[in-house]
Amino acid sequence: MSLSRKIAVAGVYEHPTRFAPDKSMYQIMAESVRGALDDCGLSIKDVDGLLTAGMGMGPMGIVGFCDYLNLTPNYLDGTNIGGSSFVAHTAHAAAAIHAGLCNVAVVVYGSTAASSRFAIGTGGGHGGGDPCDQYEFPFGPTTVGAYAMIAQRHMHDYGTTPEQLAEIAVTMRLHASMNPVAKYRDPITVEDVLASRVISSPLHLLDCCIISDGGGALVITSAERARDLKKKPAYLLGAGETVRHAARGQRDFLEIAAAQSGRLAFERAGVTHKDIDMAMIYDSFTITVLSTLENLGFCKRGEGGPFVSGGRLRFDGALPINTDGGGLSSNHPGMRGMFLVIEAVKQLRGECGPRQVKNCKIALVHGTGGALGTRHSGATLILTNQ
Amino acid sequence: MPQQKEQRAYRKPLPHIDEENRPWWEATQRHELYIQKCRDCGDLRFHPRALCTSCLSSRTEWVRCKGGGKIYTFTVTYQNQAAGFRESLPYVMAWVELDEGVKMLTNIVDCPPEQVKIGMPVEAVFDDVTPEVTLVKFRPAR
Ligand SMILES: [Zn+2]
Repeated sequence: MSLSRKIAVAGVYEHPTRFAPDKSMYQIMAESVRGALDDCGLSIKDVDGLLTAGMGMGPMGIVGFCDYLNLTPNYLDGTNIGGSSFVAHTAHAAAAIHAGLCNVAVVVYGSTAASSRFAIGTGGGHGGGDPCDQYEFPFGPTTVGAYAMIAQRHMHDYGTTPEQLAEIAVTMRLHASMNPVAKYRDPITVEDVLASRVISSPLHLLDCCIISDGGGALVITSAERARDLKKKPAYLLGAGETVRHAARGQRDFLEIAAAQSGRLAFERAGVTHKDIDMAMIYDSFTITVLSTLENLGFCKRGEGGPFVSGGRLRFDGALPINTDGGGLSSNHPGMRGMFLVIEAVKQLRGECGPRQVKNCKIALVHGTGGALGTRHSGATLILTNQ
Repeated sequence: MPQQKEQRAYRKPLPHIDEENRPWWEATQRHELYIQKCRDCGDLRFHPRALCTSCLSSRTEWVRCKGGGKIYTFTVTYQNQAAGFRESLPYVMAWVELDEGVKMLTNIVDCPPEQVKIGMPVEAVFDDVTPEVTLVKFRPAR
């Protein structure tokens, strides 16, 4: 990819709040922008590109946010493809900077999902306006239900077990215990996951992401400019994005967007799976992680169950995943892609304290937006500190 | 007027019926299930739409389905806060693969949730939920 190593994530900031009834969504966003600019030493006057998306924003929310913060950027991208949006925004910002459309782009997200009591995963039932919705919403799909149907089919075809899925949740909680701002930090066991109530079979409560408030921001600029800033840059090596949906009724549901976006990202980055030191994988549900790892090609289709077992995904394992505790334990304000990029950058900088992955040089990020079992987007990034 | 009472009581979302999809929904009211086939390239599609997604041809044949299929995957939903669904928990949501070769999202009815299995043969049942809307659900094949 012609922009490989030419663009960098220079500043990141994860808003520490997990419950903010005293703050508006836009306030969380603006505080996140301030945090990410402070992190790299740039000022709001340097920002000439803005990318954002949110579940609580109106259809022209990006314009409203520019009004809130009195911004008049030269480049705007309000792409909303669900929780993966900010992963895609990172690549879009890189392309825009590489093309000369802007110099310093900010990607920002904020949400008050928890304090607004927004039932992200189980509030299904409201009809959307798209043609596909008319043949789905009458039957009561929920977000968790759409993922559960992927888990059910995977178990049927490959003998994947609830215990294997549970280990993913247990590992995320272990990581959260080393993250001071994670929402849930008390260790859990496989037995705890299996004993939690079933929300939508075969997924239990502890197979599901939490609901929190939160926000974050990224500052993206040219590698050249990033090298003069406060923090060690995380260079973009490669990226890919796409969608999967019912495919006119002919879909193989165990093939997800990650198969295509991941292949593109690896090809464009010029690296292989063996080169990846850690990965941030959207963990809306435990099955999301297993299915994504298979589709990214870290293991063969059907081998995800054994692959996620035996501590492989721990911060000290062979393929550390979601070292911040993920959406399963740290935070999930509805669109978690932002935090995937932030933690990957922190790992590449060596800023992660007790949960730091040793010798972390190349990190992969994969965001999923929407629902694997109906339709979704996938966006992959490969980043390096070299 | 029991039917009117039922109509008022129906709280789940209803499809938006427009000029493009009206023939399909009118067929379900007659308790008939159709998919579409491209007259130019032969590709099958569901849900209904005006153009073939493979070749963009507008020349469409409506193919009547026999109503048989198999459960491709499913979930028993125990939690859904939405009106209409929270009163009918648990319910079974499934992708059913029709014998004609396309998958539909639907509900499995007339079957205890614990007996639902992937691969189970099912048959279409037509649920007249309002005077205007009939939903295609599936039950174990008899
Ligand atoms: Zn055609």
